[in-house]
Amino acid sequence: MNPPPRPDPAGFAQAPALRIDALGLKCPIPIIMLAERIGEVPVGTIVEVLADDPAARTDVPAWCGLKSHEFVAAAELGSVPGWALYVRRSY
Amino acid sequence: MAYFDAASAEPVLPEAREALLGALEDGWADPARLHTEGRRASLMLDQARERVAAVLRCRADEVAFTASGTQAVHLAVLGTAQLRGRRGPGHIVASAVEHSSVLNAAAFAEQAGGVVTIAGVGSDGRVDVAEFTAALRRERTVLACLQSANHEVGTVQPVGQVAAECQAAGVPLFVDAAASAGRRPLPAGWSLLAASGHKWGGPPGVGVLVVRKAVRWSSPLPADARQAHRAPGFPNVPAIMATAAALEAFDAGRDVADLALRPLTRQIRDQLPRLVPDCVVHGDPALSLPHIVTFSCLYIDGEALVIELAKAGFSVSSGSACASETQQPSHVLAAMGAITHGNVRVSLPRGTAGEDVTRFIEVLPGIVGHLRGRGPRGREPVAEPGSAAGLPGRIG
Repeated sequence: MNPPPRPDPAGFAQAPALRIDALGLKCPIPIIMLAERIGEVPVGTIVEVLADDPAARTDVPAWCGLKSHEFVAAAELGSVPGWALYVRRSY
Repeated sequence: MAYFDAASAEPVLPEAREALLGALEDGWADPARLHTEGRRASLMLDQARERVAAVLRCRADEVAFTASGTQAVHLAVLGTAQLRGRRGPGHIVASAVEHSSVLNAAAFAEQAGGVVTIAGVGSDGRVDVAEFTAALRRERTVLACLQSANHEVGTVQPVGQVAAECQAAGVPLFVDAAASAGRRPLPAGWSLLAASGHKWGGPPGVGVLVVRKAVRWSSPLPADARQAHRAPGFPNVPAIMATAAALEAFDAGRDVADLALRPLTRQIRDQLPRLVPDCVVHGDPALSLPHIVTFSCLYIDGEALVIELAKAGFSVSSGSACASETQQPSHVLAAMGAITHGNVRVSLPRGTAGEDVTRFIEVLPGIVGHLRGRGPRGREPVAEPGSAAGLPGRIG
């Protein structure tokens, strides 16, 4: 599939350091993938999670709140159902 | 087996069973008929209305019995929503955490040309009163909808405060009291109410609709003269009698049950986060229903958790998407900004044994650990908490 359109860059200046493709995967798998892999990127950089499970749309920001990472933005993929969810590693 | 799903249905009370059997003998006839058998059924219906009205603190002629709580909600919302505000189409205000029957009825009214405003809630599930009342429009808003307490997380809503604001704005307030009826008294000031008999130990299939005097409401359904044109069809008088008997008994035992159940849900609320890594308990611990406690365990599938708990002898429900008929996550948890996966609602019926709750707390950590180790649906196992930087369990 085509790469999704980038969301409005307001809120973060740099490109995501990591993309996690969780399209077609049901919760909690997208959250597990995010939790497992956020440690791979430098602190202060952004992880992009692609997901189409409606639970991921709310669980990714909720997970960020619990784990004190920063939920930056969500953008509809547009071409296909789903979202690009942006998380900044805070520590 | 321990049944911990009272918020879905309370086990039928002995008072209800007795009333049901008695009324099957004498209350089977058509209460709309003038013959002896019909009058007997009609008297029973009147008596049931009086008994329910006494508990709900309204007048008997304001009470109608429906086929379910959901039907009572639909009638309450649509029977008001079809009225037009003086300044354009009817406007409905509802909290984001209403039961799906309320939100679906509001959406139905919206499709018919109405306008709906949804008011948000805090992370404890309590409606934002300022946002809710700011949405009220004098002469435009035909109905405000606020539940008495939340059915998923148990948080009690500020009905008294919202009722005062609604009265000041001249807007009728509909209260879905299904989660709390017979469990806590309702503040005054509401205009319409819906409730459901199986939540207080009555038989399934009886709802209660209350429309206060002077409230503008008319049935959205085809004309039917039964129950003062409020609820159509031949009423199930025996089940209605049982529902009234159950409500009376349930309400009479309210304070005792509160004292017995609240320490048990508190035990779960206090202990699970200490015993289970990455377990979050939802809702407001202070102002909540005594029998409900809801939590989410990160990184596991709610459906798998419900199934494993059932194998261990515990019947619970879940707001996780995978555990729902619609495959949608709980709109209540989502509106609270809470984790929706790995979710369990424990709701204790009256008479729950403390040992059962203790055993639940004992078995849950092992079940969660097992499911996390197995990984969801055959994926690679998830690392144990704290085993490496950035892995699940690293608490910020």
